[in-house]
Amino acid sequence: MKPFTFIRANEARIAMHATQQNSSGKIIAGGTNLLDLMKLEIETPEQLIDINLLPMKKIEVLPDGALRIGALVRNSDLAYHPIVRKKYVVLSEALLSGASPQLRNMATVGGNLMQRTRCPYFYDTVFPCNKRVPGSGCAAMDGYNRSHAILGTSNQCIATHPSDMCVALSALDAVVRVSGLNGERTIPVVDFHLVPGESPDKETRLEKGEIITSVEIPAVAMGTKSRYLKVRDRASYEFALASAAVVLEMNGGTIQKAKIAFGGIATKPWRASQAEQALKGARLEEAAFQSAAAAALQEAKPRKFNGFKVELAKRTLIRALKITGGVA
Amino acid sequence: MNAIIGKPVGRVDGRLKVTGGARYAADFQRANLAYGYCLQSSITKGRILSIDTQAAEAVPGVLGVLTYKNAPRLKKPEQSETVQDSKVSESNLLPLQDENIYYDGQHVAVVIADTFERARDTANLVKVVYTEEKPVFEIEQAINEAIPAKQSFGRKMQVKRGEPEEAFNGAEKKSDQTYTTTVYHHNPMEPHATIAEWNGEKLTLYDATQWVQGTQKAVAKLLDIPIKNVRVISHFVGGGFGCKGFLWAHPVLAAMAAKKVGRPVKIVLSRQQMFTSNGHRGRTLQQVALGANGEGKLTSVRHLTTTQTSMVEDFAEPCGMSTRLIYASPNLEMAHKLVRLNTGTPCPTRAPGEAPGTYAMEAAMDELAYQLRIDPIQLRLLNYAEVNPHDGKQWSSKNLKECYQRGAEAIGWQERKPEPGLTKEGEFLVGYGMATATYPCNRSPASARVQIFSDGHAVAASCTQDIGTGTYTIMTQIAAEALGLPVEKVEFKLGDSDLPNAPVSGGSQTAASVGSAVQAAALEAKAKIIELAIGDKKSPLSQKTKESIEVENGRLFVKDEPGRGETYAQILARNRVPKIEAECTTKVSTRETEKGEEGEKKQDSEEDKTGGCWAASSDEEIERKPYSFHSFGAQFAKVLVDPMIGKVRVVKFASVMDIGTVLNTKMAENQIRGGIIFGLGMALMEHTVFDPVRGRIVTRDLANYHVPVNADVPPIEVQFINKPDLRVSPIGARGAGEIGITGAVAAIANAVFHATGKRIRELPITPDKLI
Ligand SMILES: Cc1cc2nc3c(=O)[nH]c(=O)nc-3n(C[C@H](O)[C@H](O)[C@H](O)COP(=O)(O)OP(=O)(O)OC[C@H]3O[C@@H](n4cnc5c(N)ncnc54)[C@H](O)[C@@H]3O)c2cc1C
Ligand code: SF4
Repeated sequence: MKPFTFIRANEARIAMHATQQNSSGKIIAGGTNLLDLMKLEIETPEQLIDINLLPMKKIEVLPDGALRIGALVRNSDLAYHPIVRKKYVVLSEALLSGASPQLRNMATVGGNLMQRTRCPYFYDTVFPCNKRVPGSGCAAMDGYNRSHAILGTSNQCIATHPSDMCVALSALDAVVRVSGLNGERTIPVVDFHLVPGESPDKETRLEKGEIITSVEIPAVAMGTKSRYLKVRDRASYEFALASAAVVLEMNGGTIQKAKIAFGGIATKPWRASQAEQALKGARLEEAAFQSAAAAALQEAKPRKFNGFKVELAKRTLIRALKITGGVA
Repeated sequence: MNAIIGKPVGRVDGRLKVTGGARYAADFQRANLAYGYCLQSSITKGRILSIDTQAAEAVPGVLGVLTYKNAPRLKKPEQSETVQDSKVSESNLLPLQDENIYYDGQHVAVVIADTFERARDTANLVKVVYTEEKPVFEIEQAINEAIPAKQSFGRKMQVKRGEPEEAFNGAEKKSDQTYTTTVYHHNPMEPHATIAEWNGEKLTLYDATQWVQGTQKAVAKLLDIPIKNVRVISHFVGGGFGCKGFLWAHPVLAAMAAKKVGRPVKIVLSRQQMFTSNGHRGRTLQQVALGANGEGKLTSVRHLTTTQTSMVEDFAEPCGMSTRLIYASPNLEMAHKLVRLNTGTPCPTRAPGEAPGTYAMEAAMDELAYQLRIDPIQLRLLNYAEVNPHDGKQWSSKNLKECYQRGAEAIGWQERKPEPGLTKEGEFLVGYGMATATYPCNRSPASARVQIFSDGHAVAASCTQDIGTGTYTIMTQIAAEALGLPVEKVEFKLGDSDLPNAPVSGGSQTAASVGSAVQAAALEAKAKIIELAIGDKKSPLSQKTKESIEVENGRLFVKDEPGRGETYAQILARNRVPKIEAECTTKVSTRETEKGEEGEKKQDSEEDKTGGCWAASSDEEIERKPYSFHSFGAQFAKVLVDPMIGKVRVVKFASVMDIGTVLNTKMAENQIRGGIIFGLGMALMEHTVFDPVRGRIVTRDLANYHVPVNADVPPIEVQFINKPDLRVSPIGARGAGEIGITGAVAAIANAVFHATGKRIRELPITPDKLI
């Protein structure tokens, strides 16, 4: 680990200033991702700015029924919040399927949104990696890419976005509220993360000097059902091979609106709009689920070791739709 | 008598462990301690062209950098074929001796600094330039150069009985398949760690090791200093599973570094380095061809293994060993081929040989059972080996039929419908699988010392190790029972090379080997006090016969006259003897050697220490030559498979083990349960992967190398036959440990087949293989 200095921000502006001016200053929240990366010298900030004193720890219902979640709310507190457990089941399930209880007790909403890929080549500084060292190449391309993405890839990077929480937020049409020295703005979660394209090192729309202050999830319509299903190599403490977040707005036995997002198979939390289209107005039937799944994976680009993800993702979605619809 | 053996006594070191009082190697505080960080090669094959340490050495706080250019020359060990004495894991690659790189992750420098962080950070400033050559790192890349493997711990690796090929060709029923297991890493919780401290010519090593005296001797030999100048201390070890058995490079590096900087130096391997610097289980391709007659009697068994080693040592995973004796077959062939690769060196790993070997063999038996349409248990009973088919000897004790029967009851085998792929529970397919477990009873010579003090407490000691298995506890129990003392009055010491000799904690041999020595020494010490009392006119026991006296709770008394007696403390105090001491060596070895000698006492080159120790002598006189010493057991698994998403869940596991006397049910169950969890990992998730281009391990941490977590582990029911095997030792224990993993992998894999009708012959059985 490189030597670094440490400051504690008791005002948001301090954090904004520090990250704006000091090109290698980094915010630390729960530290569950950042510290690991620092120990391996993947991240080498010269300054750490602890934001844990900032007042961003509340979960509140806004007048329009939306839920506002402070950026410092711990993953476990969010998962077990009564409103989340009741109305946003998909989010609670996604959070609880991630990491371990100890990690969830530390991890924050802001940190989860900003967590970096688990590509093993990104984690090992001996290998070339465009995300870690732009222009150095991508060892995963012809390497062991079993855990890698089949959607949203580029010829620069095929790393999966690791978050479960973000998949659920994406399906819930959540919005990220960020704040910088020039003021506040909001970014929909679906747009917050970037596909790698030509610059895999640029991962989100967050700009220098900006911090995430909260996430807002719009109110859900009556009769909305939502679930999260995650398939992985072991029963817990493991990232997804494929996961699906499903939000169904029902009208009797008919799907009025489906919102679907995938995890574990794409370079960012992946909204599957083709699948959503296919399900609009459909009944809760196997055939509809199958065509939705096929539509979702149309553009999949598998590589040597992750070909199975195409079929696995389809099945994961079908199973998730069944569970959500209560027809499993 | 205090009946303590067999009681579920809690860990005597439990409190120390949970309160942080137990000192593991890296926990020792030494004055003026410096820290070493190992820099490792980032190429897989080639040479170091240049290594520039200037920038690193210029960093304030950096005390020195060791490379092959300035490291002292080490003495090459003699090629030792056996593991009786000591063993260097990579005898053709002593650390920092030349510029050659044989595998990725090989140590190329040690940076020594005043803090660990500085040492690690500075390692980045050491500039190494390599020339690279094309490596081979998968068996398939070099399979044409496979060579026959020579030996495994003194046992032949190519064996033929009868006419296996002809018999197979003529068989009515056949199964001939290849089963693949991957590379596995031990991954004990505690990483390797050594603190080396010189005091003039004397070296002390605080080391995490499964073999204190092996480390002592091997380090002394490499440094070319007298063995007595090296002391090794290892009071607690946080698991080893084989990777802390033989000597790896880091203790020697620590010793060299400490010498160089004139301060004690601590080296701890990082989790990532634990994937390259302390061995692994080699990948295996195992062809198992079974021939049987129409009823299912085996006529031919062939088990041909191809496995891998490094460029710097031959270690072949001995998969076929248990196949020689697990079932009665008149014709048999077992052979092992070895491919040399640019990887680190494999070494014993969680039941070396038996773990992957019983997977392949027991999966093959399962395939044969389905082909014959008979119950898998029935097939095993049909081929039950009443004597050891390999050497024709009788078993010292074998109760396997009872294991099958009790295991079947425990898992609910009668619920199993014979047809695979047809039983459903909701969305899930239900499967039952079983397999035979087996592991040799290895007993080796060992010594122990027992002292009874005038305050009535006793200390037993032997240079053995407690690698988490419960050695402290069971040795305390054995000594306490033999001495007639409660457990609280007995302390057991281990893990110091100054203590009486003991073998490696490997091969599940500690209970039988060290336990026998501890018992002998305790009985001897007790006898000495009894003699003292008998000869003491002031003692109420004066003039009584030895045989008439018993001891309970530290009080000697006449059996027929319990009121007549006195305590150890009283006798010693009156006679002004501060302590009574006895040291005994038991020389029995049940280890199989090349010459096929089993059950004979080992010739000891040292002076005869048994002399006078009657318990050790009577132990040696037990007739062993006609017997073969093996443990057996039965493993049963029930799984639920979600066929849609390929998810396997083991929902219950039952294991019935015949391991002779169970010294402590808690410890023994722990051992078996741990073995089964290893088996679950091997069956469903563990997998070390090499980058297909560079041959560097990509699953080099516990996020990418998947071991089972709590949520994966089902209720595991462990039962024991618990019949003493008095041919092994007076304690009757054959030892429990590695047998837990044997058969466990196959039981799960067979259950997956029963559930799904899919036979996955390449481990691990991950979701992608089942959809
Ligand atoms: C072993 C392990 C297993 C895991 N398994 C899973 C899993 O299965 N599923 C899953 O989804 N996740 C998993 N995780 C990841 C975990 O969810 C993240 O580490 C965690 O959410 C990060 O939150 P944090 O608060 O600790 O972030 P930190 O480590 O403190 O920060 C992470 C990044 O976010 C930035 N940041 C933090 N807060 C803000 C803010 N308010 N504004 C701007 N930037 C900010 C930091 O600068 C840093 O770059 C796992 C992690 C580990 C270590
Ligand atoms: S996939 Fe992306 S993160 Fe992984 S090695 Fe390639 S560039 Fe780096």
